[in-house]
Amino acid sequence: MSANRDLRGHAGGGAMSRSLLSIDELGHAGVQRILELADTMAEVNRRPNPKVPALRGKTVCSVFFEDSTRTRLSFETAAKRLSADTMTFAVSQSSLNKGESLRDTIETIAAMGVDAFVIRHASAGAPWLVDNWTNASVVNAGDGWHSHPTQGLLDAYTVRTALNRPDGFDGLRVAIVGDIKHSRVARSTTAAFKALGADVTWVAPRTLVPPTVHEHCVDDLDAVLTEGVDVLYMLRMQHERMTEALVPNLREYTARFGLTPERAARLDPQTLVMHPGPINRGVEIAVDPTELPGAVITQQVANGIAVRMAVLFDCLAAHQDPTSDLERPELS
Amino acid sequence: MSEKRVLTPDDVRRATTRMAHEIIERNQGLDGVALVGIQTGGVWLAADLGAEIARIDDAIPVGSIDASLYRDDIGLRPVSPAAVSDIGFEVDGATIVLVDDVLFTGRTVRAALDALGDYGRPKSVQLAVLVDRGHRELPIRPDFIGKNLPTSGDENVSVTADGVVIS
Repeated sequence: MSANRDLRGHAGGGAMSRSLLSIDELGHAGVQRILELADTMAEVNRRPNPKVPALRGKTVCSVFFEDSTRTRLSFETAAKRLSADTMTFAVSQSSLNKGESLRDTIETIAAMGVDAFVIRHASAGAPWLVDNWTNASVVNAGDGWHSHPTQGLLDAYTVRTALNRPDGFDGLRVAIVGDIKHSRVARSTTAAFKALGADVTWVAPRTLVPPTVHEHCVDDLDAVLTEGVDVLYMLRMQHERMTEALVPNLREYTARFGLTPERAARLDPQTLVMHPGPINRGVEIAVDPTELPGAVITQQVANGIAVRMAVLFDCLAAHQDPTSDLERPELS
Repeated sequence: MSEKRVLTPDDVRRATTRMAHEIIERNQGLDGVALVGIQTGGVWLAADLGAEIARIDDAIPVGSIDASLYRDDIGLRPVSPAAVSDIGFEVDGATIVLVDDVLFTGRTVRAALDALGDYGRPKSVQLAVLVDRGHRELPIRPDFIGKNLPTSGDENVSVTADGVVIS
């Protein structure tokens, strides 16, 4: 054991801690485990005093290299409701501006005694690197266009509770609409729904589809709605994609792929309407979402706290990592 | 290690009936009394006690509590909640009888007391267990006992449909 190892958090005993990096690593059993745990956490959140002592003495550090308000607040609320201490590493004020490398930054924070890192980074794969550098748990809060596993889990949890489907999503028809190519939400939410047995269709303009597609992918939203869907998941249209000329203009995007008043009127009231937020009003959703009977967008936000409590508890309460025997690439 | 059955299902049924009588007697009626089974083993026993009490006297509220998030060994061994706590009645001012199948170190009861406190401030809390096997590590004592069962610390006591088994 090298001297340096002692600097890597205080997970202790040399045992690898459990991390959550992607839905794929969780698999069906892992997704079910987290969602069942989230039921317990949701009950805590319904109490007048929504706080339990489960993670007393643990420290959770959020390290966000990309702007985020809601995800960071959601994680910090989750950590506090489990009685963990929280730290926030504000990248804009950090020594990264003085040229410190990501690895040095992580190892320095870990040496302060961090049990879990919640990390968001613009580069796909960054959380895997961090997980290799530290014995602390690592929770991926979004890496590039790649993965955002807690969003996928909270979306699955929202459908599970709204439709009362605790045993899985066999036969559930899900349409995910919008900019699939640049969306880590689309990837993780698709993986979570599919892990539970749902049929997922991607609906997107051809310019906003990834180069390799393993999903059922179409570009006609009206045809999908005519066939019928149980869950209509609208992705956020990012304005910067306009300047890349990937869509001709936002009005045409809304006409072909937006939830317009005409489409909302055709929608079965049982169909759940979801959105990861923040909504571009008038673009992907051109109606007042509070007037859609099936909208569960605010439930997604509330469920995010319960699901992130479940994820933090699952990572930090485990005394060893059941996946640590898995071959992970040795990155140095 | 050999298996030894120490209580038959009939013994368990008789002990449950006696404990139901004792709970009614101790509380001089059932005003403000509620049963709370500790997940997982205490839940069926609380339901059985509740049914017995309803047969003998009057129906009282029965709930369940999962104390996993209040345990003091989180991170030392795998801890995971088994079910969502279900307390559908007012805890403030109530007399709560916590119910578990086996009382051993007392740490689960300690965690359940903390969990219960987050639902309100009971007037008093009593403890009913089917089997008290000794080896307490905390100052916790049961009020209603199905059977005192001397065991060694490394034995395993399990309560099943076939009664109580030591292995």
